[in-house]
Amino acid sequence: MQYALIIYAEPGHVEALSDAEREAARAEFLALADDARIIDDVELQPAETATCVRVAGGRTLMTDGPFADTKEVLGGFALVEAANLDEAILAARIASARIGGTVEVRPVVQH
Amino acid sequence: MLAFLVGFLGDFDKAEDAAQEAFAIAAERWPASGVPANPGAWLVTTARNRAIDRIRRERTLAGKIHLLPVPEATVDEFDDTVIKDERLELIFTCCHPALPLEGQVALTLRALGGLETAEIARAFLVSEETMKRRLSRAKAKIKATGIPFAVPGAHLLPDRLDAVLAVIYLIYNEGYSGRVDLAAEAIRLGRVLAALMPDEPEAHGLLALMMIHHARRRARFCGEDLVLLEDQDRSLWDHAQIAAGRAVLDRAVALGGRGAYVVQAAIASLQTAERIDWPQVAELYRRLAGLTGSPVVELNRAVALAQAGDPAAALGVVDRLDLDGYLYFHSTRGELLRRLGSGDGARAAYRRALALATSTPERRFLTRRLDQL
Repeated sequence: MQYALIIYAEPGHVEALSDAEREAARAEFLALADDARIIDDVELQPAETATCVRVAGGRTLMTDGPFADTKEVLGGFALVEAANLDEAILAARIASARIGGTVEVRPVVQH
Repeated sequence: MLAFLVGFLGDFDKAEDAAQEAFAIAAERWPASGVPANPGAWLVTTARNRAIDRIRRERTLAGKIHLLPVPEATVDEFDDTVIKDERLELIFTCCHPALPLEGQVALTLRALGGLETAEIARAFLVSEETMKRRLSRAKAKIKATGIPFAVPGAHLLPDRLDAVLAVIYLIYNEGYSGRVDLAAEAIRLGRVLAALMPDEPEAHGLLALMMIHHARRRARFCGEDLVLLEDQDRSLWDHAQIAAGRAVLDRAVALGGRGAYVVQAAIASLQTAERIDWPQVAELYRRLAGLTGSPVVELNRAVALAQAGDPAAALGVVDRLDLDGYLYFHSTRGELLRRLGSGDGARAAYRRALALATSTPERRFLTRRLDQL
């Protein structure tokens, strides 16, 4: 099965790490990307760079930043191949430990 | 039987249908042909074969050519050990934390306890329709998200075992307030888990805790009034069950168990002793507070300290707690202040408790206390 790992990061978490910790996190991230089970992963620029677009009544409305004023913001996502939910959760654990946030795990619709 | 079928078919609904079909065939055939030598294995085999037939039919209808590469099973393949292992996997599936807690509880009672949907609905005071929806949502999530039918690997096992224990204890506590006998059902589940995971001390600890508490159930109420431990009529206790619970606790301790359920079972065991060793109870509450970080556990430790003869130390513990909205915080303070000779302080504390009391027996108890001051 394919799962999306939707990563909600705590802003500033990575910046607060020591150099050694950041290096370890980066190495772990690179190793994760090399893992054959990771189909694709994407790291996003900080939430301040976000623009929200919505079409209403034929007009294109744009606002700055993510909608909700929440502690955790969407930081990136990964698409993984896993035999079952528990396997996908193991991958999510690594990602969560790395970015100090919450990782939402969702099965992908197979067409 | 259901556990095996769910494991084999990977689908709750198909497993339930197949089981029902097998029972229907048995009801038709057994009166004429006699009951087979191993009725359990016969039912499992029949259900499995029926399920395979049905899947093949459905696949043919859908125009797909893949047939299940599964040979027809014979009765001899299934002995009890196979079915036992399947049950453990089913427990972990039903109690998967990816399911909502109420769904975990309902599914566990349905699939492992074998309770009917209507019975579970009655136990939780919801309509049968609501319970049916709750169960089908949980089953749908298992299917859609790929929740495995497996005992989790070493990485996840400690957390997942905690979730299983929590579900069983929740079922036990639902039954504690005296509706459908969920408490007995929880003890049955606890016994199954302890037998399937014989080396897990916390599984034995939980079973021991439930057994010792359950042994006192007949003494706990006098009419509608709750009877405190020290006032309970001990002749109403089930002493054989207390002894059996203590034996289970011994096993947990011998396995090196020091977890929250083992400690709670040890406290329950001490509290059923002829003379209660209060300093030891206080020490165990201290350990439990260290494990859970719960202020309510600290409150219990204070009570044990007072019973051990040190109400001043107990009041010191109580006054550090942030439990202002909790009735028993104020009633405990009231009792401690009374013992320490501060009548005014005691009255004020009991009045705060009375203001928070909602049930009639509680109000009656606190009013009586106030009058005695």
